[in-house]
Amino acid sequence: MFLATLIGASVVIFVVLEVLPGNAAQTMLGPDATPQTVAALAHKLGLDRPPVERYVSWIAGLAHGDFGLSYAYGTPIADLIENGLAVSLPLALLAMLLTTALALGLGILAAAHHRRLGDLGAMTLSQVGIAVPNFWLAILLILFFAVRLRWFAAGGFPGWDAGVGPALKALVLPAVALAAVQAAILTRVIRAAVLDVMREDFVRTARAKGLSRAAVLWRHVLRNALIPVVTIMGLQFANLVAGTVVVENVFYLPGLGRLVFQSIANRDGVVVRDAIMLLVVMVVAVNFLIDILYLVIDPRLRARR
Amino acid sequence: MSGLAGHSRPSVFRHPSLAVGAALTALFVLAAALSLVWAPHSPFDIDVPHKLAAPSAAHWLGTDAFGRDVASLLLVGAQNSLLVGVVAVAIGLIIGAALGLLAAAMGGFPEDLVMRLADFAFAFPAVLSAILLAALFGPSVLDAILAIGVFNVPVFARVTRAAARGVWTRDFILAARAAGSGTLRISLEHILPNILPGLTVQATIQFATAVLAEAALSYLGLGTQPPQPSWGRMLNDAQTLMFQAPQLAVYPGLAIALAVLGLNLLGDGLNDLLDPRLARTR
Repeated sequence: MFLATLIGASVVIFVVLEVLPGNAAQTMLGPDATPQTVAALAHKLGLDRPPVERYVSWIAGLAHGDFGLSYAYGTPIADLIENGLAVSLPLALLAMLLTTALALGLGILAAAHHRRLGDLGAMTLSQVGIAVPNFWLAILLILFFAVRLRWFAAGGFPGWDAGVGPALKALVLPAVALAAVQAAILTRVIRAAVLDVMREDFVRTARAKGLSRAAVLWRHVLRNALIPVVTIMGLQFANLVAGTVVVENVFYLPGLGRLVFQSIANRDGVVVRDAIMLLVVMVVAVNFLIDILYLVIDPRLRARR
Repeated sequence: MSGLAGHSRPSVFRHPSLAVGAALTALFVLAAALSLVWAPHSPFDIDVPHKLAAPSAAHWLGTDAFGRDVASLLLVGAQNSLLVGVVAVAIGLIIGAALGLLAAAMGGFPEDLVMRLADFAFAFPAVLSAILLAALFGPSVLDAILAIGVFNVPVFARVTRAAARGVWTRDFILAARAAGSGTLRISLEHILPNILPGLTVQATIQFATAVLAEAALSYLGLGTQPPQPSWGRMLNDAQTLMFQAPQLAVYPGLAIALAVLGLNLLGDGLNDLLDPRLARTR
């Protein structure tokens, strides 16, 4: 199933970026190039081979970790992607961490105060969080924390060589911008899931045998509420990946998203192809991991297999 | 909101999110409609001597880096967001609902195929597909509409299929079958009207997502192209002027957030109104 998705995705990406558009060699050389030089470059890049052959060699290359050379920079694409991942991966993890912490806190608060002030407040906050575009929040964060308070830089990335502290500091505002929307959605899911489980008979039993509300919530309810929550987190991961593309551009972070973006501007089709394929692989892999995670969370599913 | 008093009032007042959502959405649509016939200034009028002006009687929200009237840009920008949202949701709704109805009616292999395709499309968020399209055809508002529309197809296909399967098991479908109606006819005459409320709710929510996606794409320069005013584009312009004119980065974002908030609340409210069982558990 996951393999089928990956193969499908790779075919779509390949067809879109390779077969349909005009000649990559022509684009690279510009409109003034003679047909002979274009043909020569096309031959050098292997563009004159049949599409199926090029597709197979692309996939074979990916499988060996050989991503090819960038048209625009002439450097190995693997290096470009590695540099991008060094920014995007920590950013995504930090955002995911923030999302989970925020959403768990607010979601449980809302469920515990169902239909009271805490619930209303958390739900209003969540509605607003869903409506605020992440790039606008990013701009507002820059306006307040970088332009006015000068606590953070307005953008850019010092690199991990500058030390973990400064590098992480550059990722804080982007991660907050990314996490806010995700947390807003996840808060509602957690609240609904917790409320659902709290109506179950075993919760009443646990309360009846004398466990406190808090103990029931932490020990019994949360664990059972995790399945829908984890599912949504998996689906959200695709949005998080898309979000990093946008937010990296707001903060001028040299991540994978910015690489994709610049490669489009450079008409560097092979880099776009590899980077987007990698993003799709990550999304599919995360959802695969989540399917496995179900079995860890819920022993009942293990028995059913 | 409980007790007799609550029940005697019209249902709109028992659904505050519906009322607020409807009001904000109406404001959004009215702004777009108004901008077709009137705006304080033309959003294309460049007046460099009066650039980055503070709000005044002549320019309610001031002017941007080219001396264009910000209030007018916002009004005309509403048109753009509305248009992209309507077309993108229509693409997703028509194709997605057709696929979903088909999947529910046929079952077996066609159903599996449609659902696997939907799974697959979920791995491509709208922003990524728009980037692919932009790489292909160059950035344009059409690419943005297409990308958002395509992203909406699996969403509607899933919702339609799930709802339609439920209706197929009902007795009146059996009666329609017995009366000699074919699969296509039952799908269109009996299934579709019964799942329409759910689709309406989903369409409202997807509309909000489409407005957000269009803003993001235009912000990245992949959506609406200048000089056509667009809220996302305005934020991009404002970002380069954050030190000189921070207020420019506030209005367009507020417009996007209010439009999206309104549509989401409207969707939630409609959902509560159409499915009271769900409302009680909220």
